[in-house]
Amino acid sequence: MRRDVQPTRRRLLAALTAGAAFGLSGCDRLSQSPSWLSLLDSAEGLTRRAQRLLIGSRQALAPEYTEADISKVFKPNGSVDPDDPDYVTAKQENFANWRLAVDGLVEKPLSLSLAELRQLPARTQITRHDCVEGWSCIGKWTGTPLKELLDRAGLKPNARYIVFHCADTLEQTLDGTGRYYESIDLVDAFHPQTILAYDMNGASLPVEHGAPLRLRVERQLGYKMAKYVMRVEAREEFASLGRGRGGFWEDRGYEWYAGI
Amino acid sequence: MTSLATDPARAHAVRPRIVYRHSAVVRVTHWINALCFALLLMSGLQIFNAHPALYWGQASTFDRPFLSLGAEEDANGGVKGVTTVLGHSFNTTGILGASRDDDGEMAARGFPTWITIPSYQDLATGRRWHFFFAWILALNGLVYFGNLVTKRRMTRDFALSLAELRSIPHAIVEHARLRFPKGDAALHYNVLQKLAYLSVIIAFPVLVLAGLTMSPGVDSGFPWLLELFGGRQSARTIHFLLASYLVLFLLVHLVMVLVSGVFNNLRSMITGRYRIEEEKP
Repeated sequence: MRRDVQPTRRRLLAALTAGAAFGLSGCDRLSQSPSWLSLLDSAEGLTRRAQRLLIGSRQALAPEYTEADISKVFKPNGSVDPDDPDYVTAKQENFANWRLAVDGLVEKPLSLSLAELRQLPARTQITRHDCVEGWSCIGKWTGTPLKELLDRAGLKPNARYIVFHCADTLEQTLDGTGRYYESIDLVDAFHPQTILAYDMNGASLPVEHGAPLRLRVERQLGYKMAKYVMRVEAREEFASLGRGRGGFWEDRGYEWYAGI
Repeated sequence: MTSLATDPARAHAVRPRIVYRHSAVVRVTHWINALCFALLLMSGLQIFNAHPALYWGQASTFDRPFLSLGAEEDANGGVKGVTTVLGHSFNTTGILGASRDDDGEMAARGFPTWITIPSYQDLATGRRWHFFFAWILALNGLVYFGNLVTKRRMTRDFALSLAELRSIPHAIVEHARLRFPKGDAALHYNVLQKLAYLSVIIAFPVLVLAGLTMSPGVDSGFPWLLELFGGRQSARTIHFLLASYLVLFLLVHLVMVLVSGVFNNLRSMITGRYRIEEEKP
């Protein structure tokens, strides 16, 4: 009886090793299977609904920090100096002729200069920026609450999403889907900490962080917080934009709901 | 032909006693947990590889990581893997920091391809795997803990007496000599099993909470989680360390399963039936 045990163990180990190797290549094959990926995607809706349910008050604020917590090095990511011609021109003019468009499903489209934005009510917040890669930096942001703009423009009843069209092309593509854009729903659009920031750490927003205007959606990850925002559009859907998933990184496989 | 059953003398000596050791809930949740843990570990290392460094506190102190798996150029212009822990650096080329990619090229990479899902660098897909199986692990865990509480198994299976705690050194020596409890003593978990399983029963929920603390959405609703773990980056580090502890547990667990009767152990976790070897008189 005891003599049989050793070969059994060896066979088992061999079987386990073979099984692990088979499982690994299987995981890679599954990772490229659309039906498997869409099954995995079902977790995203569950996460969004569970988080919104558990957070309770949908206006729950992201934690805010003190001046002492501000990161000495705030890592810039994605586009850091767009070379799109319109953006280069605007940057050379120090954004003097730059205007933000607010349009789409609104009663009264807006067009605002940076000076006009600065005259609207502002909010300053020291918040943590969580990159999908895993790192975090803390910065101080000042800007116009998105709610102020949406209230002035007046959303039409069928508006469900707010889309941010950006000046930067992050990936060169033939069909133009490499232009950065993002979208959020109205829960996040009307959240008090959702602002279009023109100042960072007490100075004008630097180019590497999205000058002249970047979005802050503090309860989601960094890739939602579009930089170089040129146009805010209210829409009923986003399936007809880009590759249809609601944002530059979403089109490349990342979750639309980036609260986790 | 003489069978064991018909030879009264031998039958008395070796006839095994079969007991029903693991309930169906424990068996099913064990295997679901095992599958989830393997997939979460490997997709988690894929996510870690997107920024292979850990920090303490709320934010990342990029110049002072707690741990980093980096890559440098070596003297010959090749890629060298460098693991840094609390400022001490080690050359870990081939495994950590730099390893061969799917094309056989040495490349900068936190953990190697054979331990991540997918094997190639793909953060988006790694996250999809991770969050899907995190849900299954959490729901499975709720079933397990519900069973533990309602059946009062916590006190029955895991209660530790002072005498047991005093017997720890003896138990370690016995385990090291691969001598395991027999007879009535094998009907219950021994002190080392209790401690090991208890540590895992605690580690899993804390690991999940540390994972949730990395979520900016969860942090807005439950800011006390940030206090509990000392910040988001600390939570990420604790998540990693607890996962590392569970890997250590798993290795010891597998070795013990192998050396203490692999067939009997596997059967008890599949059918529930466990053979008790009697003490020799």
